[in-house]
Amino acid sequence: MSSTARDKLVLTIVGWLAAFLIFFPILWMVVTSFKTEIDAIATPPKLAFSPTVENYAAVRERADYVHFALNSIVISVGATLLAILISVPGAYAMAFFPKKHTKDVLMWMLSTKMMPAVGVLVPIYLIAKNIGAIDTRWGLTAVYTLMNLPIVIWMLYTFFKEVPKDILEAGRMDGAKPKQEVWMLLMPLSLPGIASTALLSIILCWNEAFWSLNLTVSNAAPLTTFIASFSAPEGLFWAKLSAASTVAIAPILIFGWLSQRQLVRGLTFGAVK
Amino acid sequence: MATTTTSTAAVPAPPRAGRRSRRNVNTLPLMAPAVVLLFLWMIVPLVMTIWFSLEYYNLINGTPVTFAGLDNYRYMLTDPSLVTALLNTLYLVFWVLVITVGLGTLLAVLFDQEFPGRNIARLFAIAPFFVMPTVSALIWENLLMHPVNGLFAFFARSLGFQPIDFFGSMPLASVIMIVAWQWLPFALLILLTAMQSLDHEQKEAARMDGAKPLSMFFFIILPHLSRAISVVIMIETIFLLSVFAEIRVTTNGGPGLASTNLAYLIFQQALENYDVGLASAGGLIAVVLANIVAVFLVRAIAKNVAD
Repeated sequence: MSSTARDKLVLTIVGWLAAFLIFFPILWMVVTSFKTEIDAIATPPKLAFSPTVENYAAVRERADYVHFALNSIVISVGATLLAILISVPGAYAMAFFPKKHTKDVLMWMLSTKMMPAVGVLVPIYLIAKNIGAIDTRWGLTAVYTLMNLPIVIWMLYTFFKEVPKDILEAGRMDGAKPKQEVWMLLMPLSLPGIASTALLSIILCWNEAFWSLNLTVSNAAPLTTFIASFSAPEGLFWAKLSAASTVAIAPILIFGWLSQRQLVRGLTFGAVK
Repeated sequence: MATTTTSTAAVPAPPRAGRRSRRNVNTLPLMAPAVVLLFLWMIVPLVMTIWFSLEYYNLINGTPVTFAGLDNYRYMLTDPSLVTALLNTLYLVFWVLVITVGLGTLLAVLFDQEFPGRNIARLFAIAPFFVMPTVSALIWENLLMHPVNGLFAFFARSLGFQPIDFFGSMPLASVIMIVAWQWLPFALLILLTAMQSLDHEQKEAARMDGAKPLSMFFFIILPHLSRAISVVIMIETIFLLSVFAEIRVTTNGGPGLASTNLAYLIFQQALENYDVGLASAGGLIAVVLANIVAVFLVRAIAKNVAD
């Protein structure tokens, strides 16, 4: 017995140590955000210090956090809803009425995701400029919608395939029209799958840092741009950088933690159970 | 549920549904919005890129845009920096995959065991996945890897070593470290999920038969994880081929070309040299290369995922 107790102790220590090491950079960032700038760069690092919130105040003064956060929320959620709305009919059709080329269509859709964004930066930038989409919320929302469309449609497709056909057919026998069939049977039945699709899409949008840096300036700039403005600072800045980083990742980190169980299914297209 | 194929390749033909269904559904209008949008999103920029790549087109030097034939391609393809960037790209993808899948598997086995507070420890371990790349790059670059004030420099000095100038002396390895840290939780999450579906009775039986932990790992756990590992490799590769923010924030591709990957090289041509023609040729080369990798890798792995 005592050897199993010892094993358990070792296991506990190793498990927590691993988690601590992986989490450490984030922890260190949060700790640093409560230091003064002088303390932040002190070597040896100061572990005992009197916490201050002055960095958060400074960040607030320097940039309007709420403005950026609101952009992040509006654009991430907007792009996610749009992508799902566009994908549901297609995924429904492919999952329940597969044709000869359904497989090829799906592969083609995923292959568009292989195209490196940077390869098409110039044309997208020029198009956006010509139609006045630069630095607008709708412009970035449109780009994110298209960017995530292949993944969203793939995920919805795999989740829809898990819905027993018989239930939909029973509904059909009872006279459900196609719209009713989708809205009143398919959607409620695959709600967990749709939720995990939405979660992943929101997280991908929130953290996207290529299009946001290149297509926005200030009006529609999300939190990735907000953080980038802290990357080329003058003088002492580690504590302020940490404070800005903390507020930039806090919403999505909490959101991710709350939804991690759902997320796993989404991440794997439901392929791993 | 159990028979569901969530495949990338093999979509099982279900003739049954078609026969029993009273409604002969015309799927075209249902498919149209997604297909048309994706097609435009792909083809319009692609055609424009091809067009630009055949032109002398520089945004600042003011010379009129003229037809260049294949000059841009000739320049890009004979430019040694393309080869360097290509090798860096592959190097980065390869090592991040090795680190994340290797460590991820070990961690999945670890977090599959029961221990007090396991669920909370797990939450901490997956946290980096939710951190935006710009933030993680900034935090690692400054707070941890700074050669004078960084935490790693302090540890090195306390142990009597010379602190490492990470981004000066080993830029690509440093970028790999940061990117691997971001993707490790992803591998962990997926492999852990797969671990949990492993039959505990099977493990118990193997143990009764006297299987040692190591042979358990290689003969029972690893084969069980193979499909999940394929999924991890496939999805990570899609994203790792175009790592950008981490390089932009930390090394700007340098010193020299030491940490320039393909995405960053094209970015430099397009935005720093304002050479639309060259950047477009480079972009097209990147698209072709990405698709070659994709075809090889994804096809091979998709098969595995499909079974």
